[in-house]
Amino acid sequence: MKKLLVLGAGTAGTMIVNKLRPRLGDEWSITIVDQEPEHHYQPGYLFVPFGTYQPSQIVKPKKKFIPKGVDLVMGSLTRLDADQNVVELADGTVLEYDYLVIATGATPRPEETEGMKGDQWQENVFDFYTLEGSSALADKLRDWSGGRLVVHISELPIKCPVAPLEFAFLADSYFRDRGNREAVEITYVTPLDAAFTKPVAAKRLGTMLEDRGITLEPDFYIESVDNETREIVSYDERRIPFDLLVTVPVNMGADFLVGTGLANDLNYVSVDHETCLSKKKDNIFAVGDAADLPTSKAGSVAHFAIEIFTENFLQHVEGQEMTHRFDGHANCFVESGGGKGMLIDFNYETQPLPGKYPIPGLGPFKLLEETELNHLGKLMFKWVYWNALLPGRDLPLPALMSMAGKEDVEA
Amino acid sequence: MLKHDSNEKGGRALSLATIAGHEVHVDDEGFMTEYDEWSEDLGKTLASNIGIEMTDDHWNAIRFLREDYKSEGVTATLRRVTNTGGIPTKQLFQLFPKKPAKKMAYIAGLPKPVGCV
Repeated sequence: MKKLLVLGAGTAGTMIVNKLRPRLGDEWSITIVDQEPEHHYQPGYLFVPFGTYQPSQIVKPKKKFIPKGVDLVMGSLTRLDADQNVVELADGTVLEYDYLVIATGATPRPEETEGMKGDQWQENVFDFYTLEGSSALADKLRDWSGGRLVVHISELPIKCPVAPLEFAFLADSYFRDRGNREAVEITYVTPLDAAFTKPVAAKRLGTMLEDRGITLEPDFYIESVDNETREIVSYDERRIPFDLLVTVPVNMGADFLVGTGLANDLNYVSVDHETCLSKKKDNIFAVGDAADLPTSKAGSVAHFAIEIFTENFLQHVEGQEMTHRFDGHANCFVESGGGKGMLIDFNYETQPLPGKYPIPGLGPFKLLEETELNHLGKLMFKWVYWNALLPGRDLPLPALMSMAGKEDVEA
Repeated sequence: MLKHDSNEKGGRALSLATIAGHEVHVDDEGFMTEYDEWSEDLGKTLASNIGIEMTDDHWNAIRFLREDYKSEGVTATLRRVTNTGGIPTKQLFQLFPKKPAKKMAYIAGLPKPVGCV
């Protein structure tokens, strides 16, 4: 019996076992490990603070998505010995493997920044990358009369790098709808030198901030949160005051990876960017947010990468050369407020460009442009996620990015 | 296993530039693209291009970046220069004001650190 062990039953891990179970024969056992019984639809966190979604709408039991023939083991990972091919759980359980897939994702770590988890935490300092944080923020926003709202990114990479921008756009829209937008001063603070990394999208998104009267503070690398004065302080001693801070804390990969020699300074597993195979071990892959791929940490990347990974994995375990190459393809709906949204589509080499998707010339989705249909696409995607993506059904979207339908413009 | 190409430069426009009398390859933002074309002399000129006069503390950081790139194949992040290189982040901001990660990579002749999208 050959043993495949998958660590993490989130978006990537769940898709992988659903894709591989029917493709691997009876001579393979598949085990998947996770410490949380609930699967969260993470893109839904963004909508919780504004009351669009209730927490119950974005949570389902994990085991519902694990197919027959796959063992789901609940437990917290404490140790990986990549030389002995074993993993240990907090309760002492030892799991052996022939092949290991690390899909333990990334989590926000507010404790990494001095003062972030101080007196003001969940009083006037919030995150929205956890269900707990986004729910607490919903309660706060409901009664908030206004003041200085600072939307802030601590350090890159983060999960869904467009989410803080979406938060700023939705906040603008939320206060407009409530009729008190003029009582709220919104500042967007980022360690990047613009609203976004890539020039064409950065320019477009920067203009969208301006249009909404949101001030951009670039190149801000946070050192601490001053709980006394309610300011965020950068390493070069700039101070930005806030009444309400909505921050994206430092994101990091899982702690059991520390000391394994497999991961970088933020606990992301170093992998070949085209195959997701560990650079250190020939029987270990890392997929989804857990890997150090130089693209967005996002469900769409996990989805496209897994299409490629599945074929490669089947070749690799047979001792064949892996012939499929992941290109870093990602696409994201970007909520822009007022019932509209944008769509961006890109990969390692090609930045987000305007055009139509997925059918060149027709769409129906417009890239880098605000439309109501893009917003509806984002809302519909929740259904697609639960009913097609997680169960591993094929979606009619190519895994690799295509230039067809895109306009090659200058920033 | 596929061959890993650590010096990813596909898609970026490359051109030749003359720095301190040497002809070197640079990308569209002026970052050198060939690890072996760099020398400390060139580093000094690159630094002065962006208004930085190199001191021992500056060299300490740049030498760490060069060594680390050789073994890791990617440009070290600020976090790594602090954690592994042992240079406090605050000091990096004093030495290379405003944009230390980008400025250090520029001076060290390494690819701009990946600002993930």
